[in-house]
Amino acid sequence: MSNTAIKVENLSKIYRLGEIGTGTMSRDMERWFKTKILKQEDPFLKIGETNDRANRGESDIVYSLRDINFEINQGDAVGIIGRNGAGKSTLLKILSRVTTPTTGRINIKGRVASLLEVGTGFHPELTGRENIYLNGAILGMRKREIDRKLDEIIDFSGVERYIDTPVKRYSSGMYVRLAFAVAAHLESEILIVDEVLAVGDAEFQKKCLGKMGEVSKGEGRTVLFVSHNMGSILQLTNKSLILESGRNHQNLISTIDAVKQYQLNAIRLDRKRDELKYYRRKNVDFNIEIRKLSINGNSSDIIKLKSGEDVTIGLDLFSKISRSSIEVLIIIFNSNGEIISTLNSNDQNFQKPIFPGNNNIQFTIENNNLSSGNYFGQIAITQDSVSLSYDFLMDVPLFEITSIVTSTNWNDRPNGHLIFDKVKWK
Amino acid sequence: MVIEPQNSLFELHLKDVWRYRDLLWLLVKRDFVSFYKQTILGPLWFFIQPLFTTIIFTFIFGNLAGLSTDGLPQPLFYMAGITAWNYFADCLTKTSTVFRDNANIFGKVYFPRLIMPLSIVVSNLVRFAVQMILFFMMIAYYGLTGADFHMNVYILLFPVLVLLMALLGLGLGLIITAMTTKYRDLAFLITFGVQLMMYATTVIYPLSAAPEQYKWLIELNPMTGIIEAFRYGFLGEGELTMNTLGYSVIITIVSVIIGVVIFNKTEKTFVDTV
Repeated sequence: MSNTAIKVENLSKIYRLGEIGTGTMSRDMERWFKTKILKQEDPFLKIGETNDRANRGESDIVYSLRDINFEINQGDAVGIIGRNGAGKSTLLKILSRVTTPTTGRINIKGRVASLLEVGTGFHPELTGRENIYLNGAILGMRKREIDRKLDEIIDFSGVERYIDTPVKRYSSGMYVRLAFAVAAHLESEILIVDEVLAVGDAEFQKKCLGKMGEVSKGEGRTVLFVSHNMGSILQLTNKSLILESGRNHQNLISTIDAVKQYQLNAIRLDRKRDELKYYRRKNVDFNIEIRKLSINGNSSDIIKLKSGEDVTIGLDLFSKISRSSIEVLIIIFNSNGEIISTLNSNDQNFQKPIFPGNNNIQFTIENNNLSSGNYFGQIAITQDSVSLSYDFLMDVPLFEITSIVTSTNWNDRPNGHLIFDKVKWK
Repeated sequence: MVIEPQNSLFELHLKDVWRYRDLLWLLVKRDFVSFYKQTILGPLWFFIQPLFTTIIFTFIFGNLAGLSTDGLPQPLFYMAGITAWNYFADCLTKTSTVFRDNANIFGKVYFPRLIMPLSIVVSNLVRFAVQMILFFMMIAYYGLTGADFHMNVYILLFPVLVLLMALLGLGLGLIITAMTTKYRDLAFLITFGVQLMMYATTVIYPLSAAPEQYKWLIELNPMTGIIEAFRYGFLGEGELTMNTLGYSVIITIVSVIIGVVIFNKTEKTFVDTV
């Protein structure tokens, strides 16, 4: 017990769906009257139901988190795993004191630094140096502390040359680097990180992951980490918490087991691909929407393929805008959540103009060298990989490889990645 | 540290506010630096607004309407009112949108929310100080040309008056910002409400010139006592009584307490309602 860093007891959080405004006053009064004067149970708590986006709830009150209980020991690196809407972000927001729980209690030992977004409070007119101070202070650092670490932060960010230039002139990559550099140097016993590493170039991402690993393993700090990327969860955390529709059915388990369990439960093979909205991430802007995702011409079933066959993935896109080119990013992973390969339309300088209305992009992986098993994909349509996604699908079941023709040489995978010999974009 | 849902109404985390004092200074610096970046005149802009308002007021209310200024030189009379009023009005309008303006930051990271409105009050203090320089320059000019005004010992009340204006603006602003998170209408009310309030206090006319039957209405405005005391200390004209100033002090204290408490209550859940 003595080395418990975070203890969460019976934590719940409810949200009311729909417009807030009309009728709020009267409801507020009713709630206040019943709970405070009559000492009854909160009338609006009772009609809650679990938060499952697939089923439409009957009441307009939804449990984002329900009866969450867990304990985290000091020095643990903990991943939080769950589908969209499972309550991961809400949990982090409550832990970082951005919002309060509806019921329950959390005991936290030590200073908490949370990183729900990089570069919170950056002011475009201020220089990099001034923003380091501002951002650092917002994240809870004292000025003296920043003074001491300034050189280290600038060095880590790698934007030394532009440190006295207003950040509005920075490229988005530089901006993210600087912002993460500040956050990486926070001194706190507990570090909470939301999926903020989705931006930035690969090299810097690796550097950040390394720094975070160092934070949790080297300095005995407790880290909570949310990511959709099972690869980085596996790499960074030793224990994990699985959230399912706002509940956790078990305490922390080892990350390897958790990822396996999650992939088995959450990525259901029986689910087809025709309802793409089920896989969509929340924060996309929908200017370009993926309407259909077909594998070898089949847009709904999980087809069986043999290793060595060609795989053609087709995307039917509906666009509201016109763009001279877009970037298509596809990450293929296996049912253990391990990333098998990353395909990026920019790698081969593939450019195809997008016009308002229907568009089609497809690419073929010629004689695939995948081993047997089920494969899933993350598909992002963006302008460039740092900005907001036009559309982003997660964990979409793609295909099953049934038999291996030639044994794949796994040693050919630099960084665990499989490079497809021939990919043709159209 | 313990996180629980319903904290007591008076748990204000003032210790936290003190711990984050560096952030307050950095925010003030940000406001100041970002104000004059990419402008040619830079901080001079702080002068221009009160200067032109004074000129226009002198022309319209002094010359065209012929309102009394208690025998004081008109520009001096208006400048005193405008400088004091502006500080209060800036504090009020800026704090009244603090939740809306900072929804993004507040939704992503915790720091004592009170830091934001406090930084606004301090930032405006910088602007106020610059405008006071202009006012002093004017006093010096009229003093040298032998105009009729008498600076007196009540000038020592100045720091108290500044504090009162700051706190009154802060308190009312906090109440309004807390309420606008749920009821947006107030945001529209505030912009012209502040303008109306200016006419209901003694910025453009002295209290002595107010019609007898409306005098109580003007005295009801908590800024009246403050502006009158301000003018009396610097220029020797105005009605400084224990009653009017005492009334302002009481209203200020009450509004700050109510403001801080409901601001504190709102900050915990506003992320979900904004």
